[in-house]
Amino acid sequence: MRVLRCADSGVLVEVADLGEVMALHAALAEDPPEGVGDIVPAARTVLLRIAPGGDPDAVAAAVGRLRPRPGGRAAAGELEVPVQYDGRDLAGIAELTGLTEREVVRAHTGAEWAVAFCGFAPGFGYLVGDDPRLHVPRRGEARTRVPAGAVALAGEFSGIYPRASPGGWQLLGSTELVTWDLDRDPPALLRPGVRVRFTEEPPAPRRGPGGGRRAHREGGTRTDAGS
Amino acid sequence: MPAVEVVRTGALTTVQDGGRRGHAALGVGGSGAADAASYALANRLLANHEGAAALEVTMGGLVLRARGAVTAAVTGATCPVTVDGRGAAPDTVLHLADGARLRLGTPTSGLRSYVAVRGGVDVPPVLDSRSTDTLAGLGPPPPEPGTVLTVGPPPRAMPTADWVPSRPLPAGELSLRIVPGPRDDWFRDDALAVLLASAYEVTDRSDRIGARLSGPPLARRSGGELPSEGMVPGSLQVPPEGRPVLFLADHPVTGGYPVIAVVTADDVARAAQARPGTAVRFHR
Repeated sequence: MRVLRCADSGVLVEVADLGEVMALHAALAEDPPEGVGDIVPAARTVLLRIAPGGDPDAVAAAVGRLRPRPGGRAAAGELEVPVQYDGRDLAGIAELTGLTEREVVRAHTGAEWAVAFCGFAPGFGYLVGDDPRLHVPRRGEARTRVPAGAVALAGEFSGIYPRASPGGWQLLGSTELVTWDLDRDPPALLRPGVRVRFTEEPPAPRRGPGGGRRAHREGGTRTDAGS
Repeated sequence: MPAVEVVRTGALTTVQDGGRRGHAALGVGGSGAADAASYALANRLLANHEGAAALEVTMGGLVLRARGAVTAAVTGATCPVTVDGRGAAPDTVLHLADGARLRLGTPTSGLRSYVAVRGGVDVPPVLDSRSTDTLAGLGPPPPEPGTVLTVGPPPRAMPTADWVPSRPLPAGELSLRIVPGPRDDWFRDDALAVLLASAYEVTDRSDRIGARLSGPPLARRSGGELPSEGMVPGSLQVPPEGRPVLFLADHPVTGGYPVIAVVTADDVARAAQARPGTAVRFHR
């Protein structure tokens, strides 16, 4: 564990891997040192933002005394995410992984995923799984618009775009689950520690007169159905 | 309830408060007033609660009309202020009668003005804050001409000073204190010396997310990619081409480029007043 300083605004704790990040975040969330305003877990680090009037020296010292809690995040909950595996990059992902498209889908639905951290946009969770065959690079060039609900892969992560935004991840499919909703408390379904299982949904029937896609399971409405 | 009607907004006017805390783990940034010191002064002048929402005005140009009697204060960038066409002083308590027009001209120095009203701007909070996060698209939409903003109930405390002198903004070069790290070891040995010895200039590609700087590039030791990590305001993040970006209030929660040094918290507020073309020097 390496403790790095961000002037008087933050203390950045670097650990060996994502497992240690999750263990450290669990310990910090349970017992946050005095003077910490916000905790930002990431891929190899946990940032402690200093609250106004907080003492960064005291925070750094408190971090040194912490005992990370391996597996301490099991209580964050479980989520099933129904996905239509019709993403524009599915064929490319199959090529990159050496799997067939069906094998990619089976690997994605078969793996155990957990939210390691959030970032990029409110409610965008970085999910880590236990199947290394699904590690693929980001696209060479980012798309200017990825639709809300897009399910994607990049590096060791899988993610779900909470709203339409630019994005460079490889698109596997889409879900109608609304992962970010300000009228919900908390607004994010994907919070650090939440365990996720993806399930395959049959392709949606084409919208006909009076038809439309069926409502998703959370009871809200999909705000952006672009594809 | 008294209110203010926005007649003109200038380049960008947003509602801001002390920012959003406690939601970073969901990917929600701090946002809040870019120049926290000027924002705090505006509220202090009016004896407001310290987290009361105010208007942040970029490069002047705001015109407000009072609906009912409104007590206001203007702080931050040095700009001409008028009430119904008559000159009014910044950093003072201003009494606006019903129908009075408060107008901010173009600043002669600095970039961001704060217009506070006694009782605070009463818009619905989003995740415990009334700040607009321009990167995440959270918080109240930026006011437009015709927007009517309700003024909250006045606090019990009364203003105790008519005028609070503030430190004048530097008209020329801006000097900011930095602490090296957290990723100074990702850069060549001479990079920190270059950063400390050179004048950088704030470019016009600057906003509430960050001040993008031009000047000598800062060379990295080698390639490789930094896994994304949490960022603080004041971070000098260096993309591969080498010109640093100074992160301000709406910076991303996490970033993937290394941070060579961080501007101290007090100086981030002054950095937020640097308009495009301002020369910036860093010192330890």
